[in-house]
Amino acid sequence: MSDRRSAAKRDPSWLAGALIALAVLYFVLVLLLPLVTVFAEALRRGFGEYFAALQEPDALAAIRLTLLVAAIAVPLNTVFGLAAAWAVTKFQFWGKSALLTLIDLPFSISPVISGLVFVLLYGARGWFGPLLDQYDIHVIFSVTGVVLATVLVTLPFVARELIPLMQAQGSDEEAAAATLGASGWRTFFLVTLPNIKWALMYGVLLCTARAMGEFGAVAVVSGHIRGETATMPLHVEILYNEYSFVAAFAVASLLALFALVTLAVKSLLEARFAQQLAAQRWR
Amino acid sequence: MSNSFSRRAVAAGIGLGALAAATGAHAQQHRLELLNVSYDPTRELYEQYNQLFAAEWARTHSGQQIHIAQSHGGSGRQARAVIDGLRADVVTLALAYDIDAIAQRGLIARNWITRLPNNSAPYTSTMVFLVRHGNPWRIRNWNDLTRRGISVITPNPKTSGGARWNYLAAWAFALRQPSGTPDTARAFVQQLFRNVPVLDTGARGSTTTFAQRRIGDVLITWENEAHLAQNEFGAGQFDIVYPPFSILAEPSVAVVDANVDRRGTRAAAEAYLRFLYTEAGQDLAARNFYRPRDAQVLARNRSRFPDIELVTVDDVFGGWAQAQRTHFADGGVFDQITARPRA
Repeated sequence: MSDRRSAAKRDPSWLAGALIALAVLYFVLVLLLPLVTVFAEALRRGFGEYFAALQEPDALAAIRLTLLVAAIAVPLNTVFGLAAAWAVTKFQFWGKSALLTLIDLPFSISPVISGLVFVLLYGARGWFGPLLDQYDIHVIFSVTGVVLATVLVTLPFVARELIPLMQAQGSDEEAAAATLGASGWRTFFLVTLPNIKWALMYGVLLCTARAMGEFGAVAVVSGHIRGETATMPLHVEILYNEYSFVAAFAVASLLALFALVTLAVKSLLEARFAQQLAAQRWR
Repeated sequence: MSNSFSRRAVAAGIGLGALAAATGAHAQQHRLELLNVSYDPTRELYEQYNQLFAAEWARTHSGQQIHIAQSHGGSGRQARAVIDGLRADVVTLALAYDIDAIAQRGLIARNWITRLPNNSAPYTSTMVFLVRHGNPWRIRNWNDLTRRGISVITPNPKTSGGARWNYLAAWAFALRQPSGTPDTARAFVQQLFRNVPVLDTGARGSTTTFAQRRIGDVLITWENEAHLAQNEFGAGQFDIVYPPFSILAEPSVAVVDANVDRRGTRAAAEAYLRFLYTEAGQDLAARNFYRPRDAQVLARNRSRFPDIELVTVDDVFGGWAQAQRTHFADGGVFDQITARPRA
């Protein structure tokens, strides 16, 4: 302790000041200013035009589609993430590290590729295109394609939050539960889930934010049909391209708002359950 | 906790099921729906035209509702999407070649260009220059674009139809100079593209780059797009410069046979395109600065469309198939002149 304090004393105060200023400047330039700009541009012509832009039928369709896509992708990837993390951390099996790498893949490949693979698989000229065509099933350039691309891109979020935590926790408690005669499900819901619920929630929140905000992969498979297959990020691009800058930023601000609300919910829950959280850590 | 999780899983399952059902049932809905897959600068034209046509359709079909959905993007990219399965009933693209590409895949009859009057191009346009107000760099003609230090904005000919017209207009200009040869034309176009700092994928992207982000001294673009930018951003920001010579751009339209036959929308799709040739359709095109084919409508709007010398792709390049093969195919002249010399 005393060592560290004397080290701090040796640093000239101007250096400390400069470093802090630099950090603040960086934060303002990279994070705060863009956020402020979105809202400033959206409200440039007042609240009337702002709300009018959000109530426009195509904007409403985009909002509905975005929520629908998130409502499908997030539960799917929550179940998948839980199952994958459970399997990877509580059991030993052949090919485990390969599975871990595969789960990470959507993080490392470009979203454009994530979209393009679906065109190559299910597009009219793709591997399964002719087959799907026979049964008149449209995957690409429809809501189904948008959902598929989003599911792929958001696949790792829950699993990636859970795996490190569950690895650190080990499987001692589950083993104890097993010796006491608990079934697999009972062990999962009474032992494992309470231990990981905060990480799980954080993973779900990140997954939701990404599912609503994904642009690249969705842009490839959507076909950009106004009011039908345009999610909010795509609708922002369409509006921007139509010189409707206020409307574009209005929809963008709503998207930013969704993200802020997601983070606020997380902070609120953390504050509300601070005691439980501490108890859990203590254990 | 256990309950809420299983409920979620069930909800997800229902969601997927409903989704499949929704896409399946789509075709059986009574309200007619058309999808018009178009290129970039036509957003405003077709937004107005769709309303006009829907009213006309309801009037002549005992009040039947018709809804026309729109998709816009670079012309080449849009053609690619239709080939990959985007269910367009009609395509209204920037040039005939992009529709040919769809026809080659069997989705449109090969003779599509003769099915409607005027090479299936209900309106024409040309490529002009948009410069900063007052034209500070005194850009008047194509050779001004190759001057040192002039920054030129045009989209990428690989993905944008307008950009291919730009490129061919510049080439045709160089070719008709005294002692112009394919070699001097190639050098001229190469010099021009050296002055291009950003290649957007579509015409609208380039307009935004030039007008909103304020990059570049001159934008080469569609006549209609130049007027639209001038109106959108207010007077006194930009000037439109008509070069004494440019190219006759024929943006073509076609019914996508494979899709309309499957969806049972052929009658509506054909009526939609034919209505473009009526006086009402032509008038709307003219008001949006597309040059109408109808002589009377054109005469009424003569002041909007300065008379400059226009050459056609057929005359100078022997048709689009030839132009595409020589200039824009992989390894073609455009690739050669924009390739960076290897280190």
